[in-house]
Amino acid sequence: MSRYLRPAARLAATARTSALRPATASPFLSRAAVIPGVQRRTYADASGVKEYTVRDALNEALAEELEQNDKVFILGEEVAQYNGAYKVTKNLLDRFGEKRVIDTPITESGFAGLAIGAALSGLHPVCEFMTWNFAMQAIDQIVNSAAKTLYMSGGIQPCNITFRGPNGFAAGVGAQHSQDFSAWYGSIPGLKVVSPWSAEDAKGLLKAAIRDPNPVVVLENELMYGQSFPMSAEAQKDDFVIPFGKAKIERSGKDLTLVTLSRCVGQSLVAAENLKKKYGVDVEVINLRSIKPLDIETIIKSLKKTHRLMAVESGFPAFGVSAEILALTMEYGFDYLDAPAARVTGADVPTPYAQGLEEMSFPTEGTIEQQAVKLLRL
Amino acid sequence: MKRIRPSSLLRRPVRVSPTTLQHVHRRTAASLSQRPDSTHLKFPGALTSPFSNTMKYEVPSNYPALPTYRAIDQHGVVVDPNFEPDMTEEDVIKHYKDMLTVSIMDLIMFDAQRQGRLSFYMVSAGEEAVSVATASALTKDDVVFCQYREQGVFKQRGFELSDFMNQLFANVKDPGKGRNMPVHYGSRELNIHTISSPLATQLPQASGAAYALKIQRMQNPEMPPRVVAAYFGEGAASEGDFHAALNIAATRSCPVIFICRNNGYAISTPSLEQYRGDGIASRGLGYGIETIRVDGNDFWAVREATKKARELALQDGGKPVLIEAMTYRVSHHSTSDDSFAYRARVEVEDWKRRDNPIARLRKWMESKGIWDEQKEKEARDSIRRDVLKAFAEAEKLKKPAIKNMFEDVYEELTPDLKAQMRELSEHLDRYPEEYDFGEFEGGKASLEQ
Repeated sequence: MSRYLRPAARLAATARTSALRPATASPFLSRAAVIPGVQRRTYADASGVKEYTVRDALNEALAEELEQNDKVFILGEEVAQYNGAYKVTKNLLDRFGEKRVIDTPITESGFAGLAIGAALSGLHPVCEFMTWNFAMQAIDQIVNSAAKTLYMSGGIQPCNITFRGPNGFAAGVGAQHSQDFSAWYGSIPGLKVVSPWSAEDAKGLLKAAIRDPNPVVVLENELMYGQSFPMSAEAQKDDFVIPFGKAKIERSGKDLTLVTLSRCVGQSLVAAENLKKKYGVDVEVINLRSIKPLDIETIIKSLKKTHRLMAVESGFPAFGVSAEILALTMEYGFDYLDAPAARVTGADVPTPYAQGLEEMSFPTEGTIEQQAVKLLRL
Repeated sequence: MKRIRPSSLLRRPVRVSPTTLQHVHRRTAASLSQRPDSTHLKFPGALTSPFSNTMKYEVPSNYPALPTYRAIDQHGVVVDPNFEPDMTEEDVIKHYKDMLTVSIMDLIMFDAQRQGRLSFYMVSAGEEAVSVATASALTKDDVVFCQYREQGVFKQRGFELSDFMNQLFANVKDPGKGRNMPVHYGSRELNIHTISSPLATQLPQASGAAYALKIQRMQNPEMPPRVVAAYFGEGAASEGDFHAALNIAATRSCPVIFICRNNGYAISTPSLEQYRGDGIASRGLGYGIETIRVDGNDFWAVREATKKARELALQDGGKPVLIEAMTYRVSHHSTSDDSFAYRARVEVEDWKRRDNPIARLRKWMESKGIWDEQKEKEARDSIRRDVLKAFAEAEKLKKPAIKNMFEDVYEELTPDLKAQMRELSEHLDRYPEEYDFGEFEGGKASLEQ
């Protein structure tokens, strides 16, 4: 797929974006400024907490798994010599050599197929897509081979593979390169699908994905790579994993449940804080972490407390992750709802290239806040 | 992908279509049989393979690399004794200026991107001859699919500087209505399909377009004979779509010229890591396609090869042809790339100095006495002025009309979209002081249905 939608384009775009959506607006990020491409690991404070960018966390997860298990290897376009299109695989070639970190020709269906073949033969490949938009060329391999071979072979051929790369919109890359595939992969039996938000999410979920004996799709977010988060001492250890199918309550509250994932978690937290300040309401924010399996238990438990629910995501509205969450809420928690559940999603349009329109095509902290105000009748 | 169709399990009657009659496309395989004592194999899948009594594998390295055709050498001296330039002096100069224009525009726009006046740009330094010379051998009616580094094709076919700039600045005159990243040009008048980001997808589509041209002409022989030209890089040729395109074009006899710009790099990946065979050309032969490799820095060689390709593509009712033009990507991949991270600056400087398509044609023109230092300076100055003028004008133009944001998702506005448009219009009426429509073509009036 198109090779020219490369990191620096996004860097330029990020600069543009950050002017519009100042990262400083988030009280949850102790380091507000986003400097993509720069390793920003700091010294630990007294409690052992360190600042990690999401990029560093992913890099550490990969390095640790490569170190601990010689069946693990990474392949993809530009992952070795170039250190990865988004520098997630930085220094891995130098450290682990060209047998473990492999550059491929531009052929998504080819290298995804190759990786699946290696997995069916007992290795544990990590297959990087430069973006999930390009993985559409390989979706037959992922859906029809990786996800189904165990079942179709009568259980004799497990496929321990991790597919990873940035998902969702970035900035200024047009309709063909701004898509969110959570709902696509989330609908496939046989796949596990996770989507990290913070640095801890990124490290724990990626490591779990590599160790999981099933094919796992890890949907990262390009706009998050440069964001810093505190990483607990525990998460810095090389055996830290986050179990799949378990959502995390990022902020607890009693008036409204916001169910969200990936980059929208941060936006929802900001909206929640604003709602507290302006209206005195306490919003509970649930970070899904895992799309398939989906932790409906945590969602319903929260609903029983708040009696109101809103789903927030950046995918298209139709047949999406939010649609699924709302349907499940209705199935399992209808009697606890005091108001119709609502959703905030990306707009039902091919993503515009024009900056202003692009801005309006995806949830912002403001839209989340406004919709919550409506739902709560504040 | 494997598809099991119940109907394919049944014996199908042989369908006789006009296509199968006109071309050497008869499905005779069913009647093949192996005769006793024959020296040749007669399996349906290999019709003329002689029997051999020696068990031996063929080794690619035992075959010499396919040659690279040149008409003139690095010094602009003619080396092909049969080469006769078939252009008037004015025409040569026009094409030289097209190459120069692209190269000067590229430099200016690259810098403009660096200044933040554009979000993105891609230059084609080192590859000007491949696009301009191939385009020079096509007709206006031929249909073109580009990848994204073929500014020269657009220029040669009549795209004006203002057309480039309008797309780059996504203003009201951008035929793409501001919906694409920069350099995704397209032109209905010039029969060039709009550039689409996903790599290599244009190739099977080009085979399909060529098939359509062929069928149209069968139905209406009055139509002029037309071919499709499809451009791509050697990196794109690793995508499955490339292989699908060549095979389907060969089996369906589609009049399409596949033009590969083998420029040595796919972003950071050098050709040597992209494939192990003899370039892209060797693959054409594998698919049963007539193929040539040319020196892509030689304007004349590329033009001659494309003229011949067009002739071949229209023979026998239509067939595909493959051209592999060898060049060197002097430029960075795009404004998002710093290629000195993976290749030596001296390597690039070396190519710029030693062999460059523009300098080579210039040397030939100088040897013919139709060009000199003075003319060169004048041409460069005037092109630079024109580019800057078009740049300044395009930057000033209004943005596309507001209504454009509702259009073209579907062929017709759906009831939903109409309702949204009405809603927006009412909203704007209600809060006129909140919005400034000044920068959009037609202001708010464009929303009136």
